[in-house]
Amino acid sequence: MQFMLLFSRQGKLRLQKWYVPLSDKEKKKITRELVQTVLARKPKMCTFLEWRDLKIVYKRYASLYFCCAIEGQDLELITLEIIHRYVELLDKYFGSVCELDIIFNFEKAYFILDEFLLGGEVQETSKKNVLKAIEQADLQEEAETPCSVLEEIGLT
Amino acid sequence: MPAVSKGDGMRGLAVFISDIRNCKSKEAEIKRINKELANIRSKFKGDKALDGYSKKKYVCKLLFIFLLGHDIDFGHMEAVNLLSSNKYTEKQIGYLFISVLVNSNSELIRLINNAIKNDLASRNPTFMCLALHCIANVGSREMGEAFAADIPRILVAGDSMDSVKQSAALCLLRLYKASPDLVPMGEWTARVVHLLNDQHMGVVTAAVSLITCLCKKNPDDFKTCISLAVSRLSRIVSSASTDLQDYTYYFVPAPWLSVKLLRLLQCYPPPEDAAVKGRLVECLETVLNKAQEPPKSKKVQHSNAKNAILFETISLIIHYDSEPNLLVRACNQLGQFLQHRETNLRYLALESMCTLASSEFSHEAVKTHIDTVINALKTERDVSVRQRAADLLYAMCDRSNAKQIVSEMLRYLETADYAIREEIVLKVAILAEKYAVDYSWYVDTILNLIRIAGDYVSEEVWYRVLQIVTNRDDVQGYAAKTVFEALQAPACHENMVKVGGYILGEFGNLIAGDPRSSPPVQFSLLHSKFHLCSVATRALLLSTYIKFINLFPETKATIQGVLRAGSQLRNADVELQQRAVEYLTLSSVASTDVLATVLEEMPPFPERESSILAKLKRKKGPGAGSALDDGRRDPSSNDINGGVEPTPSTVSTPSPSADLLGLRAAPPPAAAPATSGAGNLLVDVFSDGPAAQPSLGPTPEEAFLSELEPPAPESPMALLADPAPAADPGPEDIGPPIPEADELLNKFVCKNNGVLFENQLLQIGVKSEFRQNLGRMYLFYGNKTSVQFQNFSPTVVHPGDLQTQLAVQTKRVAAQVDGGAQVQQVLNIECLRDFLTPPLLSVRFRYGGAPQSLTLKLPVTINKFFQPTEMAAQDFFQRWKQLSLPQQEAQKIFKANHPMDAEVTKAKLLGFGSALLDNVDPNPENFVGAGIIQTKALQVGCLLRLEPNAQAQMYRLTLRTSKEPVSRHLCELLAQQF
Repeated sequence: MQFMLLFSRQGKLRLQKWYVPLSDKEKKKITRELVQTVLARKPKMCTFLEWRDLKIVYKRYASLYFCCAIEGQDLELITLEIIHRYVELLDKYFGSVCELDIIFNFEKAYFILDEFLLGGEVQETSKKNVLKAIEQADLQEEAETPCSVLEEIGLT
Repeated sequence: MPAVSKGDGMRGLAVFISDIRNCKSKEAEIKRINKELANIRSKFKGDKALDGYSKKKYVCKLLFIFLLGHDIDFGHMEAVNLLSSNKYTEKQIGYLFISVLVNSNSELIRLINNAIKNDLASRNPTFMCLALHCIANVGSREMGEAFAADIPRILVAGDSMDSVKQSAALCLLRLYKASPDLVPMGEWTARVVHLLNDQHMGVVTAAVSLITCLCKKNPDDFKTCISLAVSRLSRIVSSASTDLQDYTYYFVPAPWLSVKLLRLLQCYPPPEDAAVKGRLVECLETVLNKAQEPPKSKKVQHSNAKNAILFETISLIIHYDSEPNLLVRACNQLGQFLQHRETNLRYLALESMCTLASSEFSHEAVKTHIDTVINALKTERDVSVRQRAADLLYAMCDRSNAKQIVSEMLRYLETADYAIREEIVLKVAILAEKYAVDYSWYVDTILNLIRIAGDYVSEEVWYRVLQIVTNRDDVQGYAAKTVFEALQAPACHENMVKVGGYILGEFGNLIAGDPRSSPPVQFSLLHSKFHLCSVATRALLLSTYIKFINLFPETKATIQGVLRAGSQLRNADVELQQRAVEYLTLSSVASTDVLATVLEEMPPFPERESSILAKLKRKKGPGAGSALDDGRRDPSSNDINGGVEPTPSTVSTPSPSADLLGLRAAPPPAAAPATSGAGNLLVDVFSDGPAAQPSLGPTPEEAFLSELEPPAPESPMALLADPAPAADPGPEDIGPPIPEADELLNKFVCKNNGVLFENQLLQIGVKSEFRQNLGRMYLFYGNKTSVQFQNFSPTVVHPGDLQTQLAVQTKRVAAQVDGGAQVQQVLNIECLRDFLTPPLLSVRFRYGGAPQSLTLKLPVTINKFFQPTEMAAQDFFQRWKQLSLPQQEAQKIFKANHPMDAEVTKAKLLGFGSALLDNVDPNPENFVGAGIIQTKALQVGCLLRLEPNAQAQMYRLTLRTSKEPVSRHLCELLAQQF
């Protein structure tokens, strides 16, 4: 896989993960182009498309589009299920995940993705194993978090 | 919101994100962000040391701001500090920030290497995993240099945790992809292969990806993986749907791993060991059997996972291409998907069947689905699916179904999406030619193409029909009759007029016996279209008219009247005017015999690969023409479809000058003036053939013509000469460059010496040297014959604005060149400012009384004035960034035309003139160069980067210069060289 993008129906980018080295400029250009292309497609259409020399596989979950770019010999169907497994992981972690969870806890969304995919390849498909790593971190975090008054009201 | 309870302690971050979301406008958002940036900056700069938690929070805010699309220019140090924290979540945020923000060549990498080293050595598996993720996410060469040696050790160490092994495997894969030279194979490779036996499915899943990549480069070292992969696969496909617990996905056991194993096996031919092979075939059959079983779940995830394995299995079966039984079963399975309610499955089935169609074992089985595919072409609502259907029809076409497929594609063309019309036109044209049983069908098909989609019928297509009609006398009468009828439609496409004009000009006599298509009727039919046509078509029609005068003397008076009309003789377009003047004179001065010789029927075209096929290949990439390339399915089809048999030329080849005159110096007349953009296409089709329209065949009558028009150019070819240089005053009114001129020029972009041109008469050699903005060039003209050249005069001409851009001083040479002798001409060149087009070199002389002329492009391109510049990586990147305006950059991604050899590439880049900079690009496969173009008026700094991709056989070339046209031009010049 070369990259994965999450964006909303309004075209707002919510998560971007690049597995090939590209300049920021190129990334922005690609994102703009793909968001436009994918949003223009109708519901019953095929969710695979040829784009440059890559294949794009996307799927919509509620207000969010998950969009992956894969290479010629990669399989579209299994990529759809990579997307689905990632959604399941988010869902299990957040408990019925919604777009807001990903906005406010973007760092967690990245951590979960890193446990699941690494370097563009599937690393671990077991939900249990992926989330074990993340939850361990959360337990530590709770122990670490100081709660000052200022912090409570969000002033720092 | 459960998220809050999930240890989300960073309330400040949540508040900030809410604020941003509440911003009503972009301006408000930017204001809020600037406020936050100021706040964070002051915290980072403050005297009070921040605790780890605050640092984490601020770094996280910065990351959020960056991900919104804003630039972040500080905070990196704080993030690096977080890496050495002992607290997992702080470390984690630090690593995330680095992974997202550090582009691969940042200075920062050196700073973080230490922290990564510590974590890798920490023996704390969670820390080790974070470090490995970071290396994999950045994946740069520096990372490889620092860690490529350590990671294999971690991967195969007996005491590494499973999760660490998984991350290490994929981390190594990423480094290997970025810089394969940094990952030395060693004793660890054998142990990596054995990870396929690991008990932990996650470890196997990660390891297979690594092994698949490594074994492509070293297939022999990894051969043992075949049997291990087969047995692993066999265990998975035969396991019950719940055996694998958490690795079962919607009742499908380990789909990701299965797909990866099947992919790994595609790196090798079928297993040699009979037992292994037997076991594998059993697996493949099991997968095919399972596809027939009722689904265990209605969920799409179940069927997707199951079908993913099925499709990868089919890929493997096609890869082996040795099991007819499995191939046919695969085809039947895909056949079921062709009518599946899921659009995605229909799309994939059509795509997959295309490859099955090219196997001799399954071609027939694919053909049985023709009706379904035709139906898909007609009814699919998604254009990308229809496109796949069209591809499949093309792939499954052979002699037996060509008529049906071609007629369906023609019908589809009427409603086809604009985006794919041209491609369909090309496909129809190719199939019609390839599988024509009789050529009248072929002619009908192409004329239908023009009728239905005239705008999408490219030159290649209609040139091709002319070539075929010219070469096959059995179809000429039919073609004349058919075009005559087609032209009677009140509104017909201009391409039809072109084809009609050409064919009637050549073969109108074959239908002239019928009073309904008598010569005057033919003429007035064509002339009724004349005024609505473009200049190119009118020029072609004028040539048809002069041919008519020869074919049908009774039309002479009428046609002369037309030529004589003020609208022709004084036409504003110089090409039309010239044709009218010359044809009129020709028709009134020449005797019938002379006319008949000058205007005789065109000789057959030499055989070569269909230029249409070449065009389709360019459009679709290699393999697109495969249906036609491999004759194995249809070996009997070569009789008439191998194109047209080469016929011995019927042209009189009067003098030894025929080559120069007839085939080289003759500008391709039809397109030369008006369809100027078509120059390259003409090279393709007519590179050594006569022109695409009724034209004056090569004749011995030059002297005759030159007497006709005393002061005019000596060559009869001036009749059709490119009018462009007419703007260039003076005696050197020269013809357009020969068709190969660009190709010849390209050979000299990266070198200064060599043979520029050679034909039977003349050889031209070049030696040149350039310094700063000055150059000196020696041209050597060698007379290859035994006869003296007379009036020998080579001149240099500056088309367009070139005069103000480049000064070329030439010295006269002797007007006589003896047989076998060589003369030398010295050119002094000064580059005044940047320029795009090279000067032209026009060579004229008389050989045996016959005037010869030849125009070439002088090998002076802007890169000759390059001065190489050495610089350090830091300077390079600084300058690279300075040239970041979009118009300063030009980029091209293109296929390699030559073998990708690093040494050759280096030599070419040095020849191109730039310095080659080592140790600048993090990827050692890439080339980076720098130089300054020296001109009198200004200097243009140029940076270039060439990234070869050996796997894809592609290059990406990026040029940045301070001048927009220079970037583009250099990019084009250089891209041609690989």
